[in-house]
Amino acid sequence: MATPQSMIAPDYYLLLSLALFTIGVIGVLTRRNVIVMLMSIELILNAVNINLMAFSRMWGSVDGQVFAIFVITDAAAEAAVGLGIILAFFRNRETVLADEMDMLKW
Amino acid sequence: MAMNYILFAFFSVMAIGCSILMVTRRNIVHSAVFLIGALLATAGIFLQLQAEFLFVVQIILYVGGIMVLFVFVIMLVNLDVSMRLVQFNRQKWAAGVLALVLGAQVLFALWIGRGELRLPAPAVDVSPKNTEAIGQALFQHYMLPFEIASVLLLVAMIGAVVMAKRRV
Repeated sequence: MATPQSMIAPDYYLLLSLALFTIGVIGVLTRRNVIVMLMSIELILNAVNINLMAFSRMWGSVDGQVFAIFVITDAAAEAAVGLGIILAFFRNRETVLADEMDMLKW
Repeated sequence: MAMNYILFAFFSVMAIGCSILMVTRRNIVHSAVFLIGALLATAGIFLQLQAEFLFVVQIILYVGGIMVLFVFVIMLVNLDVSMRLVQFNRQKWAAGVLALVLGAQVLFALWIGRGELRLPAPAVDVSPKNTEAIGQALFQHYMLPFEIASVLLLVAMIGAVVMAKRRV
């Protein structure tokens, strides 16, 4: 089953991606700092990209890589807007903690 | 053959270790540095998967662009105060257990289908002209999504400028 070029089965890439994804989810759910939450979201998107790349390699097609480019574009847009929101919020409330962002709670 | 496995193990351990450290560090700057480490390890995985263009894009765009943005914002917000506070929120145990359950579910699904993924073509012949192939696909087959993505970037740019402006 081992071909000279690619010996590593896609399963291992999926496992790595799953590990990174779970760590990212834990980071989003448990941290209080919004910036770390945004960074965890970047980690999740990155894990998805590993999946796309592994399947693209598996099928010998370039479509997965094109899709990964779109995911990276989305990550850049999300980071820019999210950090802008964080800056605006910090200017008003002097905090970056998620559980203190309760102005809509009454 | 063995080299492939060694490289894969090295990059995966680096990625997973850096991400665990990123989630658990108290100092946000350390978190950002560990996220850079995880992204670089992922770039190595991409290179191992023969996605050379994405390898370069990952380093230039993620590490060079997005992470610089993050570090700038970290410097703009005051982190001395937030560093001394509790770093995890109240529902951290429930949230952690739930996330692990989610991971276990996906792991179970992977375990069920573990043999299935060694699919027909073992992908020996990914075109060596990786960048050229991606360019062809982007500008022929994926032309409309490409344009929509550029509009999305424009909207995000305007939105970020408006959000970060001092007086609207």
